[in-house]
Amino acid sequence: MEILNDLLNYLPAAIVAVGGLVVMMMDGYKAKSRLIYQTTMFFLAGALVIATYDLLYQEVGTLFSDMAASGSTAAFGTFIVVFGTFFTVILTHDYLIGVKHNYPQVYPLLMFCTVGMIVLATANDLVTVFIGLETMSISLYALAGIIRDKQLGVESALKYFILGAFSTGFFLYGIALLYGATGSTNLSEIGAYTDGSMIYWGGVSMLLVAFFFKISAVPFHMWTPDVYTGSPTTITAYMSTASKTAAIVALVLILERALPYAADQITSTMAIIAIMTMVLGNTVAMVQDNVKRMLAYSSIAHVGYLLVGLAAGTDLGFTAVLYYLLAYSLMNIGAFGVVAYYEKNHDVHFNNIESYAGLGYKQPLMGILLSVFLLSLAGIPPLAGFIGKYLVFAAAVEAGLINLVIIGVLASAASAYFYLRVMVYLYFKESKEPVKLMKPLRVYSFSLVVLAVLTLYFGILPAGITELIASYFSGNGLAIVP
Amino acid sequence: MFEEFFPIFVLIGISVFLAFVLMLISWLLGPSRPNAPKLRPYESGMDPIGDAKERYSISFYMVAMEFIVFDLEIVFIYPWAVRYQELGFGTFWAVMVFLTILTLGLFYTLKKESKNFSISKAKQV
Repeated sequence: MEILNDLLNYLPAAIVAVGGLVVMMMDGYKAKSRLIYQTTMFFLAGALVIATYDLLYQEVGTLFSDMAASGSTAAFGTFIVVFGTFFTVILTHDYLIGVKHNYPQVYPLLMFCTVGMIVLATANDLVTVFIGLETMSISLYALAGIIRDKQLGVESALKYFILGAFSTGFFLYGIALLYGATGSTNLSEIGAYTDGSMIYWGGVSMLLVAFFFKISAVPFHMWTPDVYTGSPTTITAYMSTASKTAAIVALVLILERALPYAADQITSTMAIIAIMTMVLGNTVAMVQDNVKRMLAYSSIAHVGYLLVGLAAGTDLGFTAVLYYLLAYSLMNIGAFGVVAYYEKNHDVHFNNIESYAGLGYKQPLMGILLSVFLLSLAGIPPLAGFIGKYLVFAAAVEAGLINLVIIGVLASAASAYFYLRVMVYLYFKESKEPVKLMKPLRVYSFSLVVLAVLTLYFGILPAGITELIASYFSGNGLAIVP
Repeated sequence: MFEEFFPIFVLIGISVFLAFVLMLISWLLGPSRPNAPKLRPYESGMDPIGDAKERYSISFYMVAMEFIVFDLEIVFIYPWAVRYQELGFGTFWAVMVFLTILTLGLFYTLKKESKNFSISKAKQV
């Protein structure tokens, strides 16, 4: 049976989907929130094990009559998404209890969202991309406003929904135009097309606009700061890492398989967008006093670095982008995790940087963890963020985009200011009013320590993972691996 | 193209013509004795009092949402049922999976909103 074989290769998504249905019914029949959480973790752990196995051993091919891809990039995307969700669920459980809004609906929503992300990251057909994108987005709209009686959360959910629906329109129109030009929605068949008509270029640009919106590249970033600030903090971590990972992996697949003909034009587009994204993200983040908003702008800036790799458009560039996604997921979930910890022990207005004064000494472990994640985000060796930036910029130099790299490195240097500013408040300022920090739960601090250790590990010994990624793209990415 | 679709154009022409003719005949021949109840806007037999903008109980929206679920279901099931013989066993199981998920969703909403369906709640608006 071919369908069974396909399902076997699609097992992480299937497990998460079944798990989502199970926890949804448990919520419907009023199971205890803790039991729902444990069931979610059980299914996610199973999916994570299989995703890890797939990452290492899955054969490259297509599933479900060419609708989905397996192996290489797809397996890598699935792994990061499931990995990110696993940690997000741990942090979210504790965070929602801490802010006294423990809605069990968050677990099925997170599971369904993850299914959408996996479908998106493994898509081999524009229709599959669309289904994945929508499953993911609709769950995210609900997750952004999950704390219903918080005005900011509802506002962010509504903003996200309206703008997201608008960008979906662009995406559908892009698919329609590409189908009109090439007569297919399959990525490889679109890739075989080599006759640039107006319809084709219209379709390509619509597609890119929709993706730029989803990954919040300038000038389609307007929703990001508000949505990231208003959403529950751990959900923000999820949105900024897993959903971006899924969208960018899908973008890599589309650029590599479907649009090699448009490579030159895409390179110049990506370069311009990358410059705008890096410059705006980093400069605006400098003046933010709300730590969550600062991290939102920083995540815009990081999309800029990712776009530098995509602009290079070479095997090296794609390798760098995939490595960067892994590093970025690790450090960003970690940073938001610590911010969520500080927030849940106080009220929701605790994200002001002033109130971080002296917190580094109150709970030393948390202070150190936040410092590690922020240093990694700033790109300081020997952490994973540094290797990610190095690979991305090296790929761009190799592709001859020197000006782009100069601007990128300058913007990256400027970014150290606002990351270090948080640390200055943590360690070198006296707190004005006495703050009492509760001891974090053991599982909470343990998962953050795991993320920090992995950040350090992939920073010191990146060769194993970069070699694995480079093998997806005919091995040419090995040239500059340190 | 015009030759191919000629019968359809004839059909459209006749139906438009017929509609006008029938309305004209009833206007010319029908008796017209208006009174107050007849001239009132029709509202399902109820007295038209008050503003049209009224607040409804949230449970109506829940019923509407459930309607959408079944509406979409029929969109998928109807073509499948028509081509059932040709599509074979794989499609059968695919549709079964789809129906299972849908049924679970229905049970979930029923369980979650069972409070809202009770009449006492609905009356409170």
